[in-house]
Amino acid sequence: MSSDALTIQATEAAGQPWTQVLHGWVTTVDHKRLGVMYILYALFFLAIAGLEAIIIRVQLMRPHNDFVSPQVFNRMFTMHGTTMIFFVVIPVLFGFANYLVPLMIGARDMAFPRLNAFSFWLTTLGGLLLYFSFFGGNGLYGAGTAPDVGWWAYAPLTSRAFSPGHSSDYWTIALLVAGFGSIGTAVNIVATIICMRCPGMTLNRMPLFAWLNLIMGGMVILAISPLTAAQVMLTVDRYLGGHFFDTQSGGSATLWMHFFWIFGHPEVYVLVIPAFAFVSEIIPVFSRKPIFGYPVMVGATACIGFLSLSVWAHHMFTIGMNSYANSFFAITTFAVGIPTGIKIFNWLGTMWGGKLQFKTPMLFCIGFLFQFLIAGLTGIMLGTAPFNWQLSGSYFVVAHFHYVIVGGILFALFAAFYYWYPKITGRMYNETLGKLHFWLFVIGFHLTFDLMHIPGILGMPRRIYTYEPGRGWDTLNFLVTIGAFVQGIAILVFVANLIISYFKGAEAGNDPWDAWTLEWSVSSPPPSYNFASIPTVASRRPLWDLKHPEDPDSRYE
Amino acid sequence: MSAIATPLPETHGAWKLPYRGKVGMACLIFAESAIFTIFVVAYLFYIGKSLTGPTPRQVLETPIFYTICLLSSSLTIHIASRFLERGRRGAFLLSWLLTITLGALFLYGTGQEWHRLIYEHGLTISTNLFGTTYYSLVGLHASHVIAGLTMLSIVLLFGLAGRVGPEQAGRVNVLSMYWHFVDVVWIVVFTVVYVIGR
Repeated sequence: MSSDALTIQATEAAGQPWTQVLHGWVTTVDHKRLGVMYILYALFFLAIAGLEAIIIRVQLMRPHNDFVSPQVFNRMFTMHGTTMIFFVVIPVLFGFANYLVPLMIGARDMAFPRLNAFSFWLTTLGGLLLYFSFFGGNGLYGAGTAPDVGWWAYAPLTSRAFSPGHSSDYWTIALLVAGFGSIGTAVNIVATIICMRCPGMTLNRMPLFAWLNLIMGGMVILAISPLTAAQVMLTVDRYLGGHFFDTQSGGSATLWMHFFWIFGHPEVYVLVIPAFAFVSEIIPVFSRKPIFGYPVMVGATACIGFLSLSVWAHHMFTIGMNSYANSFFAITTFAVGIPTGIKIFNWLGTMWGGKLQFKTPMLFCIGFLFQFLIAGLTGIMLGTAPFNWQLSGSYFVVAHFHYVIVGGILFALFAAFYYWYPKITGRMYNETLGKLHFWLFVIGFHLTFDLMHIPGILGMPRRIYTYEPGRGWDTLNFLVTIGAFVQGIAILVFVANLIISYFKGAEAGNDPWDAWTLEWSVSSPPPSYNFASIPTVASRRPLWDLKHPEDPDSRYE
Repeated sequence: MSAIATPLPETHGAWKLPYRGKVGMACLIFAESAIFTIFVVAYLFYIGKSLTGPTPRQVLETPIFYTICLLSSSLTIHIASRFLERGRRGAFLLSWLLTITLGALFLYGTGQEWHRLIYEHGLTISTNLFGTTYYSLVGLHASHVIAGLTMLSIVLLFGLAGRVGPEQAGRVNVLSMYWHFVDVVWIVVFTVVYVIGR
């Protein structure tokens, strides 16, 4: 089946003029091509937002630095945060979900292929609108270019009085448009997983990747929509003279905070649950053991999803809520630690006694385990209301959430890139460059984000464009910046590996990792129709059953 | 495999999964509900917080007739899709047209109310918090009615061209899910704006 598929693929691609190829990509509704476009789009914005991070770090490298002006600094941290969340991490996760979910559940495409393409182009338009603000944000007022209100865009900073010109409008419209795209993709992912599974693929036999993306899709539907609603309100305020967040007319700035964080905190889990999904697929394969505690993993993830909808105000302890609200949000925040702990122990249980293979994806997964644990622990610290009063708005918080997003999510993403690179491109990546990337990134990451906790504890506030010398922050900030450059070099190694291996890598074959899920049963890259005949599965590891007919999993299920 | 051994039947003769249109629409309805929830919360939060008049008690009149129109359109669309399933195209088109008429009547009622509020009472979206939240919430619902009416009209045009038969009943049912949602949301908006808000 698969070798036939490979030859068809080859004849298809041969000898088309580049305009035809481009036309094919732009008009495609194929989930794999859309997945690849999502991923490339995210990598493009990763480079831009990474550059913004470097600008921020160079400015803070030493006290009284004047590398950029305060105004530019505000724009840089706003654009860095907004871009990384909405136009890097969400698209890259949607890209992997798009590419892998249909292959893993034995489907030929997503449930709504055209909606899928529409959602991708909406997301693209959102990113372009955000960056067009550098040119169009001036408006007729000649004030402000890119958005500079921080990625939370708290009221009243976004009111006409404090944000003239169009910069905040570009921010609003970009997030609104990209939000519609996200909701479309989430609807598609959920419908695909519920309605398109191949015969025998009961919910109980789905790969954990599909399960976790199902939960992620549900959370996007419930979490992005409030942000969309809040953006509509902000637009009403700015363009129609509404008073939702206008304190002069009895409106409430706090209401915006609630609406933003009702989106903002579940969003963290929207980003981290797919990271869990990658790790849950990769660790078993490189431990040569099936995942430990499959039903508990599903239950714990659903539990995290549910709890995460009721923790948002732990971002708002310092605004002065009453003690009941503080206690409630502190307790729910602690409670998230329980299912998360279950998951970490299950991954360790999977590795325990396994024949571990320390390939690059596995190294990144192990890095993920340690770093995500520490990120969770500082999260528990910040979830303690009195401790939070002391450190809210400091660099300790910045260090904490970068530990989650870089140390957790980005490490899992790198693991996913290396693990599925052979499937997507048909070539093996370079293992030496992969390991170099891992070690450089680990060193750079810890240099930056371990040390960043300390100036936070010493009282350095976030979002300041410079600081006085002699407060004990100088050396630490210098080292943090060095670490940022090391991470930048590591990312260059990563991109070089992707490009070089695409042209020079060894042929990967269908199943380079001797893995167990359905995507490895087809050729690499898979043919446009995925499966020549729709497979039937009898267990959670269909390829194991195929390779070991004498001892199939289905016998024990 | 994992520690549990769940004995599952190995026969997959009848492998049947839910219709993707229904699941997709259900997801969209969840997303829309979340959007409406935020607007409803804002409305409730700002009741009585306007610094200037007019207040809801002074200017709002309960639109009983138009509410009955919209809610009964849920019944007619349900009847219409039943007719379609049984292949009775004429009856389907008639009750479909009735649904559109009732929806359009409701929309006319909203327009009339807005006209009265703006020209008689001087209440616009920028007058006070009541104006901001009222026009946003009712307007959000009205925009959903407009979207629904547009889709219903497209089906009507196809139906008049003789292109809608029992084989499209599944899709028509998905559309009627959306229309039922628009009606249910109106019950919430009605309660919040005309009952609690006054």
